[in-house]
Amino acid sequence: MNSLTVRALLVRGMLAGVAAGLLAFGLAYLIGEPGMNAGIAYEDAHTHEHGMELVSRALQSTAGLATAVLVFGTAVGGITALAFCFALGRIGRFGARATAALVAAGAFATVYLVPFLKYPANPPGANDPATIGKRTTLYFLMIALTVLLALAAVLLGRRLAGRWGNWNATLAAATAFLVMIAVAMAFLPAVNETPKDFPATALWQFRLASLGIQALLWSTFGAVFGYLAERVLEPKPATDAVPANAERTAAAAH
Amino acid sequence: MAHSAIAPAPLSPPAVLKLPIRAILPWAAFFGLLMLVLLYFVGAEQGATSLLPGAGVHEWVHDGRHLLGFPCH
Repeated sequence: MNSLTVRALLVRGMLAGVAAGLLAFGLAYLIGEPGMNAGIAYEDAHTHEHGMELVSRALQSTAGLATAVLVFGTAVGGITALAFCFALGRIGRFGARATAALVAAGAFATVYLVPFLKYPANPPGANDPATIGKRTTLYFLMIALTVLLALAAVLLGRRLAGRWGNWNATLAAATAFLVMIAVAMAFLPAVNETPKDFPATALWQFRLASLGIQALLWSTFGAVFGYLAERVLEPKPATDAVPANAERTAAAAH
Repeated sequence: MAHSAIAPAPLSPPAVLKLPIRAILPWAAFFGLLMLVLLYFVGAEQGATSLLPGAGVHEWVHDGRHLLGFPCH
């Protein structure tokens, strides 16, 4: 039964991820593509090699973008649903919906927001293609580090809660997390490759768009998955009235 | 006396449901890994590392990779 519950939650996490991905794709197409095009225009004006296009811009900005965002939504939805299974009942007295909201917010912060503060999203043309290896390593290292530090902070908070109470334990764990993140950010190498004449407005709008897309994806996921998870785990509130009455009627009839 | 022993019980909130770790682990191990592979293909394949030849995957997910915050090229 419990294993089936995990499976049911995993499937709903992936479905919520698809829903979140659809909305995020819509927003990405509307507010993200202008920044993409500005970056590509800069790139085209500054490089002399014009290789053959493998995938046209029209496909990249529609079907390609949709594929990427939907696969991303499905995958992070599944992983976050599994994290939710671990978190449920173990991070405090929260119900299914509140736990889903907290896990989604935590995942958004650790997988995207905190790494973004150190290594923000960049449009095409804003980086040196030769450093892709270094930048990829640093970005994934930053994500892994943030997730691990967040897990450590949650365990620390749980440990302190018995002695200090939930509020103080949460404050202490959050402070410890922020201090460790600040230390990590101070020691990890910076990536500042944006060419001097890269349009600053395009860069700023692109990064804001990226933040908005991810925020929409995660908040939609949290809301939809919370609703679906509650229906799996706490089916009573929605269906209580009918079966309870039916039972009582049946009992009275006997 | 019997009443005073029973009275506090309804005041304490009901136990929160926990899923046993044993039930979660097999799903987490298999599907967690599968999801990470999907994320790798969206976020990094044919950038710093390549499992498949060419640049088709990179070009197809190009816009999403940039906008989701991954280093692209």
